[in-house]
Amino acid sequence: MALKIVKGSIDRMFDKNLQDLVRGIRNHKEDEAKYISTCIDEIKQELKQDNIAVKANAVCKLTYLQMLGYDVSWAAFNIVEVMSSSKFTYKRIGYLAASQCFHESTDVIMLTTNQIRKDLSSPNQYDTGVALTGLSCFVTPDLARDLANDIMTLMSHTKPYIRKKAVLIMYKVFLKYPESLRPAFPRLKEKLEDPDPGVQSAAVNVICELARRNPKNYLSLAPLFFKLMTSSTNNWVLIKIIKLFGALTPLEPRLGKKLIEPLTNLIHSTSAMSLLYECVNTVYIDVNTPPLPSLSLSLCLYLSLPPQLCVQKLRILIEDSDQNLKYLGLLAMSKILKTHPKSVQSHKDLILQCLDDKDESIRLRALDLLYGMVSKKNLMEIVKKLMLHVDKAEGTTYRDELLTKIIDICSQSNYQYITNFEWYISILVELTRLEGTRHGHLIASQMLDVAIRVKAIRGFAVAQMATLLDNAHLLTGNMQRMGICEVLYAAAWICGEFSEHLENPMQTLEAMLRPKVATLPGHIQAVYVQNAAKLFATVLKSQEGNTDSTAAQETSQLMIDRLPLFVQSANLEVQERASCILQLVKYIQKLQQKDVEVAEEVSALFAGELNPVAPKAQKKVPVPEGLDLDSWINEPPSESESEDEQPKAIFAKEEPKHSRPRREEVDEKELAKRREARKQEQANNPFYIKASPSSQKVYQEAPGVEHIPVVQIDLSVPLKVPGLPMSDQYVKLEEERRQKERAEKKKKEKKKRKEKRSGRGKKHDSGPESEEDITPAHQVDIVTEEMPEKSSKHKKKKQKKEKEEKEKKKKKKHHHHHHHSDGGGEEAVQNGTVEEEEPLLTSLKNKSSTYQVVVSVIFENKCDSFLKSMEFNVLDSLNSKLQRPEGSGPHDGLTVPFQLPPGVSNEARFVFTVQSIIMPQKLKGTLTFIVKDSSTHEKLDFKLHFTCTSYLITTPCYSDAFAKLLESGDLKCSSVRLEGVNMPFHHLLARICFHHHFSVVERIDSCASMYSRSIQGHHVCLLVKVTVSIDAKCDEPTLLGNVLDEIKQTFSQC
Amino acid sequence: MMHFMLLFSRQGKLRLQKWYTATAERDKKKMVRELMQIVLARKPKMCSFLEWRDLKIVYKRYASLYFCCAIEEQDNELITLEVIHRFVELLDKYFGSVCELDIIFNFEKAYFILDEFLMGGEIQDTSKKSVLKAIEQADLLQEEDESPRSVLEEMGLA
Repeated sequence: MALKIVKGSIDRMFDKNLQDLVRGIRNHKEDEAKYISTCIDEIKQELKQDNIAVKANAVCKLTYLQMLGYDVSWAAFNIVEVMSSSKFTYKRIGYLAASQCFHESTDVIMLTTNQIRKDLSSPNQYDTGVALTGLSCFVTPDLARDLANDIMTLMSHTKPYIRKKAVLIMYKVFLKYPESLRPAFPRLKEKLEDPDPGVQSAAVNVICELARRNPKNYLSLAPLFFKLMTSSTNNWVLIKIIKLFGALTPLEPRLGKKLIEPLTNLIHSTSAMSLLYECVNTVYIDVNTPPLPSLSLSLCLYLSLPPQLCVQKLRILIEDSDQNLKYLGLLAMSKILKTHPKSVQSHKDLILQCLDDKDESIRLRALDLLYGMVSKKNLMEIVKKLMLHVDKAEGTTYRDELLTKIIDICSQSNYQYITNFEWYISILVELTRLEGTRHGHLIASQMLDVAIRVKAIRGFAVAQMATLLDNAHLLTGNMQRMGICEVLYAAAWICGEFSEHLENPMQTLEAMLRPKVATLPGHIQAVYVQNAAKLFATVLKSQEGNTDSTAAQETSQLMIDRLPLFVQSANLEVQERASCILQLVKYIQKLQQKDVEVAEEVSALFAGELNPVAPKAQKKVPVPEGLDLDSWINEPPSESESEDEQPKAIFAKEEPKHSRPRREEVDEKELAKRREARKQEQANNPFYIKASPSSQKVYQEAPGVEHIPVVQIDLSVPLKVPGLPMSDQYVKLEEERRQKERAEKKKKEKKKRKEKRSGRGKKHDSGPESEEDITPAHQVDIVTEEMPEKSSKHKKKKQKKEKEEKEKKKKKKHHHHHHHSDGGGEEAVQNGTVEEEEPLLTSLKNKSSTYQVVVSVIFENKCDSFLKSMEFNVLDSLNSKLQRPEGSGPHDGLTVPFQLPPGVSNEARFVFTVQSIIMPQKLKGTLTFIVKDSSTHEKLDFKLHFTCTSYLITTPCYSDAFAKLLESGDLKCSSVRLEGVNMPFHHLLARICFHHHFSVVERIDSCASMYSRSIQGHHVCLLVKVTVSIDAKCDEPTLLGNVLDEIKQTFSQC
Repeated sequence: MMHFMLLFSRQGKLRLQKWYTATAERDKKKMVRELMQIVLARKPKMCSFLEWRDLKIVYKRYASLYFCCAIEEQDNELITLEVIHRFVELLDKYFGSVCELDIIFNFEKAYFILDEFLMGGEIQDTSKKSVLKAIEQADLLQEEDESPRSVLEEMGLA
């Protein structure tokens, strides 16, 4: 025995230990693999010995080799041997090796169950500790099942060292063997209040992880955690608890309120950045997630930290010189952006600054943020900045990221933020010059999309695409750039489809038939060939107009010369199209030689425009009589027979398919919600065609397909820039344009002020323009009545203004008149002290059957005394009533909420409810006030005139819808002659449009049809003739009569 | 929960790896190689966080050694940095101003320390003192194991 030990010891002296191995590897840098293979051979020998010390040494070396990437799975059994050594030294190494090398599919693991159980119950706590640590790495479902009970017992071990390890490993056990959770949970909960802080924090860790997966089950622990949070000073534990609450609060909103105080305290008191970050993150982000907006609101309120303030705090992080904080600040910011975009947007400067950061991760974060921050106002500026970065960027991945982001940003919500499409096309063209990008197809699809959907841009787009085609060699010259040649696909198609816009179609045709084209990918060649044919048609058309017929023949010859190249293409589609077109051209040539004019017929091949179709068009096609879409075409097979034959288990899953589609299940609310969401989306989409309800009504009655509304999107292109565009210039142009707009606005304002309307100027006076003030250069005409308020704000305002203006003029006159009549009373007031009120109809709001009319009154003090205690009162009629605050009597006046120093004017608004709008209304009213110096009550009488015209809203209408409306026979007819009107016809129309809110539907020589609509949806149609007679139709004859009277009055006054 | 922790040198040599989720050997190698490449390519002034696959990577360089942890989406990056720092402090206390060579030659000790500090990807004990105490006592136990043998060794030599 002694001899054996001695022998073993001597052997050991010559063995390599771990240090020797490491040193050896470091000394054999050149032939490391060879050296290690000899070492592995040695290890194999060592493992064969009985001496456990030798084996442990070998296993230790193997663990090292495993880390270097060598396969040691063959030694798994030896590792188990070392694990089961009674000596801690070897056991430790054995378990370490096992934890590094074993995984679930290691088959010897099942041999370890009993050994591990023995170690777990060892009197030596370090044996147990080592076993637990090892087990945490290689626990399998089997081990978890077999050992769950033992570990559970350890959770109540006397030594905290064991308890905390047992608690932590329970999480792994739960994952592998979920059944153990229920019996273990009470004990785990107990551990939350363990006297040892280590055990406590372990329990918090485990429950936090569990709660993240299924928060519902842990709500009952909230009070306990709350206690922990307020008592613990351990940041590590606090972070976990806050995380846990982040998961719990969405389920129990009341919790949020309770948390506010302790969290606020933490935020204010902690010096640990990690804890602060966690608090801010949890409070504002995890809790602020959309499902509980009310909670987030209350939290913000209670914390008296509005999101802006939170963003402010984040701004401090971002501005920090520590890159890590900067990164985290941006990360948190992007989460806030989802819920509170406005508050983040004000920090655009900072985000843009981050784009210049040296660190790519920070730049990418900033890019993510930018996507949500663009607006009409800043889009160009931001994209310009991004373009600069594209030029500077090293490394294609980041540049590609930039490229996709630019396109994402510009195209989001259907180009919502683009005001100038020429600029966008130029950006796209600039992007094609990127070296080696993978996103050619993305650019191409954008080009196609814009060219098809924005009609006005086509001329410009075609010019650009022609240049691209001409310079195709620049794009394809380098094989690396193959990705970008996708752009040529778009270029060729656009040039072909919209060839009528080409300045020099012949040149483009030649460019498209160059031999080099044959090196392009097949699908692009196919588009080239097809569109060459379209171009050919266009060229022929222009050439046949000339007297010289040879040019046309030469063109045909060019086609015949070049096309065979494509006929030989390996790509089937190219081949097919080329040979088809080649034969066609040959036939054309034959005809040409006989002096037959063919251009018309050739272009007829490609005639017809591709139009976007209204999304609801299909709905408007009436369902043919006798067709019941809900009935079966073939009776479904009777369920009984098939079910009897089929085993139930298989059939059960498919059953729902047999039943009718369960449309009923989507409840009304859900539908309404979806509809709302859809409307919102459509409203944000400038190219979405909105059906006007008036025409819709008509369409439903009209059978046939020809009335499917086809979109007309017309944009006016204000400028033309020759040559390749530089997107920069657009930024400048845009700036100029906006400035001009602003200037005009100001001018208008000044004028207005001169017209004693300074009170109203307030809104526009503010220096920075608001988002709504920016009008797109390419105005998108949308026929709309359905637009939700948000997007139509701008328009509405304008309408309002017009209305006011007109109304005002009238009122003024009216008043003057009035003054004269009541002159006596007023002169008595004071010498020259006269206020003028100008009631202005401002907004009309539907409120069930009654309508609200808001009247803006401008008070101007023309005397030189101070006026105060003004009271406005109107004698109500049956139809129109002044809205008074609750509790006041029907004859009480309303206090005007301001006083007037001499020479100052101000505006007040009063709400009236109106029941019927078909009659004009005159309301008598009085204004009482006190003149400061004399402190006497004075009184001023006035009349408020609600004309029928003021209830009309200018509404555009299509001529076909107009015709249908007239044909429908629902409308009553009336006519009027205007006597003594002596003005050009278009002036006359303009006057009617301006004063009476009509729009011209169609004008044919000496007649014009006009349309308007009342706020209650009455259609009013006019046919105005040069002879100054008006035939009118309306579904409400009284309204019509009154409107006509008012029109007549307008013209009698001039 | 932490998914794994890697220690590697500036030259791209792995010094320590600890996996807290079951991962196949082949995937481990691939992930390690990929991550080392990414982290080593980063410049010193860059932030310590990366998004990689569906994990967040938090790394920090101490002298020539990179400590690199992979955490989940909901985890706190800053606390992970502190975990790394705490581990370095523990190593430093244990070895006495630790250097890369200490970890290379005593890699099993480094593992023991890590195992006392983290378990199953969670912090086991937030107190430095108690971690070090546990290590010391386990080491004592080991020496008790070994001391009789050295006597025998001497006997054998004698």
